[in-house]
Amino acid sequence: MTTLTMGRASVPAKYLPVLVTGCLFLAMFVVGGIRYEGFASGQVILNVFIDNAFLLVVAVGMTFVILTGGIDLSVGSVVALSTMISASLMKGPGWPPYLVIPLVLVIGAGLGLIMGYIVHAFDIQPFIVTLAGMFLARGLCYTIGTDSIPIEDPTFTAFAQARIDLFADMWISPSVIVAVVVVLVAAYVLHYTRLGRAVYATGGSEQSALLMGLPVGRTKIAVYTISGFCSALGGVLLSFYMLSGYGLHAVGMELDAIAAVVIGGTLLTGGSGFLFGTVLGVLVLGLIQTIISFEGTLSSWWTKIFIGMLLFVFILLQRLFSARSRR
Amino acid sequence: MRRLLWPVVVLALLLVLNVFFTHGFFSIQVRDGHLYGSLIDILRFGAPLILVSLGMTLVIATGGIDLSVGSVVAISGALACLQISEDASVFTAVAVALGLCLVLGAWNGFLVAGVGIQPIIATLILMVGGRGLAQLITDGQIITVNSPAYKLIGGGYWLTVPFGILIVIAVLAITAFLTRRLALGMLIESVGGNAEASRLAGIRSRGIIIMVYAFAALCAGVAGLMISSNVSSADGNNAGLWIELDAILAVVIGGTSLSGGRFSLGGTVLGALIIQTLTTTIYSIGVPPETTLLFKALVVTAVCLIQSPSFREKVFRRRGRAAPSSPAAEEKVRITA
Repeated sequence: MTTLTMGRASVPAKYLPVLVTGCLFLAMFVVGGIRYEGFASGQVILNVFIDNAFLLVVAVGMTFVILTGGIDLSVGSVVALSTMISASLMKGPGWPPYLVIPLVLVIGAGLGLIMGYIVHAFDIQPFIVTLAGMFLARGLCYTIGTDSIPIEDPTFTAFAQARIDLFADMWISPSVIVAVVVVLVAAYVLHYTRLGRAVYATGGSEQSALLMGLPVGRTKIAVYTISGFCSALGGVLLSFYMLSGYGLHAVGMELDAIAAVVIGGTLLTGGSGFLFGTVLGVLVLGLIQTIISFEGTLSSWWTKIFIGMLLFVFILLQRLFSARSRR
Repeated sequence: MRRLLWPVVVLALLLVLNVFFTHGFFSIQVRDGHLYGSLIDILRFGAPLILVSLGMTLVIATGGIDLSVGSVVAISGALACLQISEDASVFTAVAVALGLCLVLGAWNGFLVAGVGIQPIIATLILMVGGRGLAQLITDGQIITVNSPAYKLIGGGYWLTVPFGILIVIAVLAITAFLTRRLALGMLIESVGGNAEASRLAGIRSRGIIIMVYAFAALCAGVAGLMISSNVSSADGNNAGLWIELDAILAVVIGGTSLSGGRFSLGGTVLGALIIQTLTTTIYSIGVPPETTLLFKALVVTAVCLIQSPSFREKVFRRRGRAAPSSPAAEEKVRITA
């Protein structure tokens, strides 16, 4: 294995993209701290977690799929569908949350299972299958209703408004804990279970994995199911955050999730990348949003141009650093 | 061409379905020296999508993907309308807009081939930033123009045929000539098969990749001109929104693999026509607007399933033999072989 010598410590080349992302994230935070007053505080980082807990959960599912060399475009729509189903079931028939949430999770995982099965069994490109899934889930949202449905269930609102105080006046929301647990469980599955091995092997080379006797088909179906489950869970977290269900929630979130995974150093061709990188990717996207809100006076189109530019600078630096050290 | 059999069948089915709902669906008349008819409408309104998909085909053939075409559509329309509203000649406006599109496309290509960023992220940058740029050009408003010459591009007629259709035919002919009569098509396919091996074989893959992204952006630019000219206005917020997904869908329905390599221009045109016919069908059979996406999802799934060899194997010929071991893996081997 190629290693890179940095001073006295040596870092295996496979950790390099994650390391570069981490350093750039720190640099961005420091620059923000110098530029804006009140930026350099622990709560700013925690707020990034609070505002992006659902994206983090969705991106975890996306990491599984991308590690096998696939892609899941349906996540944003499944998130929206989850908020829509929860809101309408609690408002109309008045179902209690402890029935609604499991149901939503099962529906999300079920959709993922179906997509995974089609990808595997009929050998259709994942991009297209999940694109159809995206249309389907979005269409189901509009079929349920075209307006935003507010969530007024007391358990839901209590959970949404709960604050967990940490030391020194800092706080997080319960959603952050859910997201962190998801990340930890996913990291365990990826690195310490057979499924995780099979995921990396399938992404590295599907044919070699098959020849080695790994259950490639089952793995593929499993990752889409995991992604569907994570999207549904992300949808539940988003309905805590928004306290409403709406067919236009999370439009374009699939691209955010893919961007987070790729910024975290995972290759879209599969087989290479880490979950920790995805966490960093989500933090980078969140920090870009934070910088824009600290900037304050940007119009909506300058915001988009600014996001594009920051994304570009970040990717460019990341690319330059990893390319130089690979030589 | 056996590869194109299934797209043709699907298109024919969709067209026949329309006959039951629209009276005189297949009739084409000449009225006031203009061609009229449902089929002509499908071609006319499908023209921008066909153009964008043609550019996308070449990008996908090199193993890339271009998410930014929707934003480029918006930018080109916005810039042209802005110029015309500031009393520039239509020719200048079109030239400037298309020039900017070429630059944007070359930028995408540079990020992919020069810097080595994964295509989906490289073009995502322009997709997000470009949408902002289009809104910046129009100042977040809708610019309306009143120029008969500009109206010709997307809404006019020439020799009784809608001008947009003529543009599509011209672009298709030029692309087909360049890629099928010259070596260019083979070079693109070889870069898509294996960029590094092509480079070692003496093909300048970097230049080819930059070229296909520039071409895709140029096609998107022309499509943007058509869309904005057809309604004589430019909408930076909504023009070309999500057209990249339809274009990618059209390319895949047409039988081009997203992993790069071989491509089919005819298949892409068929794919784009299927999508446009589907949209027309949704309107003509009166699917309520809330469920159009559901309908689209079902048709897309059906089309893709029918095209999948392993699906046909399993459903149409139940001979009880074991399913072939993952055709995807076999395909990979074939490409590298």
